[in-house]
Amino acid sequence: MYTPEILESLKKVEATRDERMKTEPRRMTADEKDALLKAYHPDYRADGFKEIKIGPNKGQKAPAELADLLHSNSRILGENIDISKVDYDVDVLVIGGGGAGSSAAIEAHEAGADVMIVTKLRIGDANTMMAEGGIQAADKENDSPVQHYLDAFGGGHFAARPELLRRLVMEAPDAIKWLNKLGVMFDKDSDGRMVTTHGGGTSRKRMHACKDYSGAEIMRTLRDEVINRKIPVVEFTSAVELIKDEKGQVAGAVLLNMETGDYSVAKAKTVVIATGGAGRLHYQNFPTSNHYGATADGLVLAYRAGAPLLYQDTIQYHPTGVAYPSQIFGALVTEKVRSLGAMLVNKDGEAYAHPLETRDVSASAIIRECASGRGVETPLGSGVWLDTPMIEILGGEGTIEKRIPAMLRMYLNYGIDMRKVPILVYPTLHYQNGGVEIGGEGFTKAIPNLLVAGEAVGGIHGRNRLMGNSLLDIIVFGRNAGKAAAKKAKDVTIGEMTLSHIDDYAKELKSAGIEAESVSPLLLPKYARHER
Amino acid sequence: MENMVNVYFFGKKYSVPGDLTIMTAMEYAGYTLSRGCGCRHGFCGACATIYRIKGQNELKTCLACQTQVQEGMYVASIPYFPSDKRTYEIEDIRPDQRVMMELYPEIYACIGCNACTKACTQDLNVMQYIAYAQRGEFEKCAQESFDCVACGCCMTRCPAGISHPMVGLLARRLTGKYIAPEAEHLTKRVDEINKGEYDELIEQIMQKPISEMQELYNTREIEK
Repeated sequence: MYTPEILESLKKVEATRDERMKTEPRRMTADEKDALLKAYHPDYRADGFKEIKIGPNKGQKAPAELADLLHSNSRILGENIDISKVDYDVDVLVIGGGGAGSSAAIEAHEAGADVMIVTKLRIGDANTMMAEGGIQAADKENDSPVQHYLDAFGGGHFAARPELLRRLVMEAPDAIKWLNKLGVMFDKDSDGRMVTTHGGGTSRKRMHACKDYSGAEIMRTLRDEVINRKIPVVEFTSAVELIKDEKGQVAGAVLLNMETGDYSVAKAKTVVIATGGAGRLHYQNFPTSNHYGATADGLVLAYRAGAPLLYQDTIQYHPTGVAYPSQIFGALVTEKVRSLGAMLVNKDGEAYAHPLETRDVSASAIIRECASGRGVETPLGSGVWLDTPMIEILGGEGTIEKRIPAMLRMYLNYGIDMRKVPILVYPTLHYQNGGVEIGGEGFTKAIPNLLVAGEAVGGIHGRNRLMGNSLLDIIVFGRNAGKAAAKKAKDVTIGEMTLSHIDDYAKELKSAGIEAESVSPLLLPKYARHER
Repeated sequence: MENMVNVYFFGKKYSVPGDLTIMTAMEYAGYTLSRGCGCRHGFCGACATIYRIKGQNELKTCLACQTQVQEGMYVASIPYFPSDKRTYEIEDIRPDQRVMMELYPEIYACIGCNACTKACTQDLNVMQYIAYAQRGEFEKCAQESFDCVACGCCMTRCPAGISHPMVGLLARRLTGKYIAPEAEHLTKRVDEINKGEYDELIEQIMQKPISEMQELYNTREIEK
């Protein structure tokens, strides 16, 4: 339960609630937002970044922790791995067993390809499983894919690649329909109409949800479908390096058994990187809402093989991570809490910003409040209030239990009943806006037959992403990658397989004067504490 | 010094800070987890765990990432459990009682001991949703099982060998696909897009200069 200092501030939140609920906080102007971002968003903190010294993005900046991984050597440099001995020979190799990877595998299978998934944990151990709030699609009468495009393009600071964003919004309704046909239980009215709400930065209510288990409901359905189709899933097996052929085409991957330490070789005509995000790199020491394996492996694999990154320097900090208690510090508090009406309130009981600004703006405003002494001090740092009892007042008693049961359960575990008392939040590292650059068809431009889907892609959203557009992009781009990979595989002939790019990379590091001490990809964060 | 407690991982004693979860306490003790650790936030079910407090008879189940350590806790993680998922083609089955009888006949061997419900880390009424499944009441089964994270603790305790999460999952897929009414506005929009009704409009907006996009964005009307 809350400390006496926290309870003191809580009284002010309760005292101002009636008055606050009479008016909607003003939305910021474009100029105000720009100034706020520059002053407080972590992307603008120079000391959080390093210059990339080699490779296609040489001279650009990246989060320091990612740059360090790009400046590391291959895990298998100098290892004597005989890649002519092939353990798995398939048409399509999907690296990653989250939403994008599973969607890709299902579509590749549907197209008749021999497809296999490798994943370093279990299928479904992915950020997809943890997405709470929902998935966007412009399927209501007052909405259109064009309106969706405008919201996403503006929300991403006009930096999205138009050909990628076009695919995202135009294929969104079909993505929902596909999921629904697979059996995903969307929140619907009794007549079948989708229950949709706003997310930060949306101009229409187009957020579809499955309570606050949206990602979990989607992921477990996709996983079930992968298993029903008997698509081989090699779990606890990580891709540690791509294999190319003498023509420079991708030709497979070297795999590492996470339990035995043994290497194996997968040969494939097309490869889909669907390895997800990077939250577990803890940029700028932020806590993260991401799953255990979110360590940017796919970016490292692709980059070492020669594929450029895009917007690798922009990260999304979800405004509402748990600030207290410690056991769930950094866990996601879904944006849906604000969609349902909860206001963001500072120490003094003031609703200092509109609750549904875009995530970067909202996160920056929280950081500003805390940096300016208007945050609530906790034993772990500081935070602002998210006034959850408002949801019950606005939607009626029982709304929280019905619409956001996961949040209620998470807090009740620690004696905090969010129906009765507000909760404390602070930004948490949530999403990698950037990633590997792809073209409109899902292929990397630099390496033939290599595709990327999901969070590992850069450019779909630009320099910020709206709520509900990531669950959408993993489905849209995952499906597309699976179809495209299966089709392309029919025409591919693989030549002599080689890992020479690993040696070339090592030489490049050396000539740039970098003494690479560590190896990458990271695979798992180093959380174990060792006394000696 | 912080408040330390003694916990026993697989029977071996460790002194750990009392405010940690079982998962972070294992890491504090020096474990590098690969199995038994997934999302770390209570959604994926990877960290099913069984424990007993010294001196107490009751055997408890939990998610390691969502449970705080206690003094005298004897902990064993369940990194894998051989559940029995049956495969089917979703397009070929229908939401009738027969489908459960064919795919999961063991649910009719439930002896009503309620061990599954007691073991549920999400506090779901597991035995109740199995009862709904027995009766072919899939929508009720789907609702009752909706918050399941498939950690499998229920399965470990079931004398009838039922794979409860798999039963709930089948009921949810049947409900989502066949029982819940179709979203007509969705079907309509997909048809419109397929007919190319938005092609020209989307091309137009893609071609607009940034300054015009900024103006459009900053002045767009927001639905109340």
